Amino acid sequence: MRRLSPAGRMQKTWTDGRPTAQVVAEFIKPNDRLTSFERIEIYNRQYWFRLIDCLHDDYPGLLAVLGQTKFSRLVIEYLDRYPSRCYTLRNLGSRLEQFLTERPDLIQPRLELAMEMARFEWAQVVAFDDEAKIPVTVDDLLGVNPAKLRLALQPYITLLELHWPLDDWSISLKKSANVLRSEASNAVESEQPKAKKRPKLPKKQTVFVAVHRYENSLYYKRLEHEAYIMLGALRDGQSLAAAVAIVMESNADRDWSADVQKWFTNWTSMGWFCLRK
Amino acid sequence: MPANRFNNFTDLGVGIGLRVPHYSHILSKKPTCDWFEIISENFMCDGGRPLEVLDEILAQYKVVQHGVSMYFGSTDPIDRLQLRKLKELVKRTKTPFLSDHLCWGSIDGTYTHDLLPVPYTFAAAKNTAERIKFVRDTLEVPIIVENVSSYTEFHASEMTEWEFLTEVVERADCGILLDVNNIYVSSQNHSFDPYDYLNNVPFERVGQIHIAGHSKYEKYLLDTHDHAPIPPVWKMYAHAIEQVGTTATLLEWDAHIPSFDEVHGTALKANKFLKQSVDTRKSRRLAVPV
Repeated sequence: MRRLSPAGRMQKTWTDGRPTAQVVAEFIKPNDRLTSFERIEIYNRQYWFRLIDCLHDDYPGLLAVLGQTKFSRLVIEYLDRYPSRCYTLRNLGSRLEQFLTERPDLIQPRLELAMEMARFEWAQVVAFDDEAKIPVTVDDLLGVNPAKLRLALQPYITLLELHWPLDDWSISLKKSANVLRSEASNAVESEQPKAKKRPKLPKKQTVFVAVHRYENSLYYKRLEHEAYIMLGALRDGQSLAAAVAIVMESNADRDWSADVQKWFTNWTSMGWFCLRK
Repeated sequence: MPANRFNNFTDLGVGIGLRVPHYSHILSKKPTCDWFEIISENFMCDGGRPLEVLDEILAQYKVVQHGVSMYFGSTDPIDRLQLRKLKELVKRTKTPFLSDHLCWGSIDGTYTHDLLPVPYTFAAAKNTAERIKFVRDTLEVPIIVENVSSYTEFHASEMTEWEFLTEVVERADCGILLDVNNIYVSSQNHSFDPYDYLNNVPFERVGQIHIAGHSKYEKYLLDTHDHAPIPPVWKMYAHAIEQVGTTATLLEWDAHIPSFDEVHGTALKANKFLKQSVDTRKSRRLAVPV
C-alpha cells in the first residue's frame, strides 16, 4: 500500500508519474459527493491508521523512547519496507528488530536503547501467546544422567541481557496504557493515540531478564548473571551437566551448588523446561 | 427459518461479540447471554491467556467463530498454515458454522488487514465461490459469508452487490451472514435503496444477522462499530427478520466499548423484533382457511 503524503492524504502522483486521480478514475466510480480519488483514499488512509495503531499498541515503550515524531516515521518506514505478510496482526512487529539494524538512522541518537526496547517488547508478544509445551517436572528428572540430559526452554520464554532496566521502566509506562485495538470493524478511528506523559528515561544499568508467563499472566523475571548464563546454555542445547559446569567455572571461588539447586527448583516449578526433540 | 443447513440447524438467539474489556465481567459474573461470537484470528495462537479465556467461555456459553482474514475474494493462494490453525480452532470451539467476509484483502502475500470490496463480476463471483467451497471442504463446517460495507464502486462491476452476493452463495452453495448495518452504510455511500438490497437477498440462505453502529462523516458513512445501531438500521433489521424469520442475531461493538450490560442490553432490543416476527407468522398461519 502506498504511503500517505506528509499531510496524511493519498499521494497525488502515481508511481509512473501520472496523476493518481487519473489512474484511479479508470477503475473507481465517483459519486455525487466524492471523486474516485477521494473514495479510494478512504481505504488508503484506513490502512495506515490501522497498522500504525497496531504498532502503537505493541510498542508503547519504543514510542516513549523515541517520542511521537520519530516513532511515527519509524513505523511508516518499517511498514513500507516490511508490510504484513501474515493473516494476523499479532506478527506485525516480527521484523522490526531486523529493520532497526538496517535503518539505525531512524532511531539515533538512542540506537541501543531503542533496539533493546524493541527486542524487549517483541519478547512480550511472544510470552503472551506462544506455545507452551508439556513442562518437565523435577520428578521427571529423577535418575536421569545430567551429562546426557538436554532440556529446552518453553517457546514463550525470551532471555535478555538489557543495559537499561527496561522491565521496571515498562511497568511504570504500562500503568497508563489503555488503548484497545478494534477487532471486527473494517474501519479505525482516525485520531492517533494521544502521547502520554512518560517517566524519565532509565539510567544505564545492566540487568538480565526472562520475559515469560506464569498462569497465563505476563512477567519479567530478573535473573542473576550466572542464572542467565545457565539458562542460555540450556536453551542453546548444552546438557544440564555442561550448563552447570559453565556456572561453576564462572567464579570458582564461590560454591554455586545451593544457588543452582534453588534456581532449578524455581524454574521447574514455573514449568520453564520442556523436552528437547 | 430459525435453523437451516447453513447455520448447521442451530437456533442461537441474540448474542454479542466477545471482546477483551468484557472478559473479567463474563468470567466472574457469568451473565446470561445466548451466545458469543469470537474473532477467529484472536484465538489462532498457540497458547497463553487467549486460549485460557476461550476455554472458560466454551465451558459455559455457545460460541460461533467469525473471521476477518480468509479473504474469499482474493486471488492469492490460500495460506495453508492459516487454514490449519483455523481448523484447530474449529475443533476446539466446535463452532456450528463459520463466517467470514465477502471481500478481498491480500495480494502477492501482503495483507492489508482490511475488508476490501470486490468488483461485482462473474469472474470474481466464480473465484470467490471456489475459495469458499475449498475452505468449507477443508474445515468441514458450514460457511456463511458476510456482506461488507464499502466506500467505492468499480467501473468493472457487472451487477449489483446483492446480485453478486446471490451469485456467490448460490455457486458456493453456502449461507449468508446478513449485516444490515453494512447494507445501510453502503446504501448511503452508493445512493441505493437499502430495501432493494434487503428484498433481493436469497432469504433461505441467511444463517445469521449482524447489527452494529456506524459513524457519519460529511460525505460518507464509515463502518466503525463504535456505538449502538441507529433507528434506520433497527428498522431494516425488523424488515429482514420479517422476511427471514427468527435468525441468530449478533450485535458488533468494537470500539469505545461500554459495559457488558450496555452492549448486551442493546443487543437484546432485537428480541422485540424477533417476537413480532414470530407473532406475525403465527397470525398468518391462523388466517389460512382450513
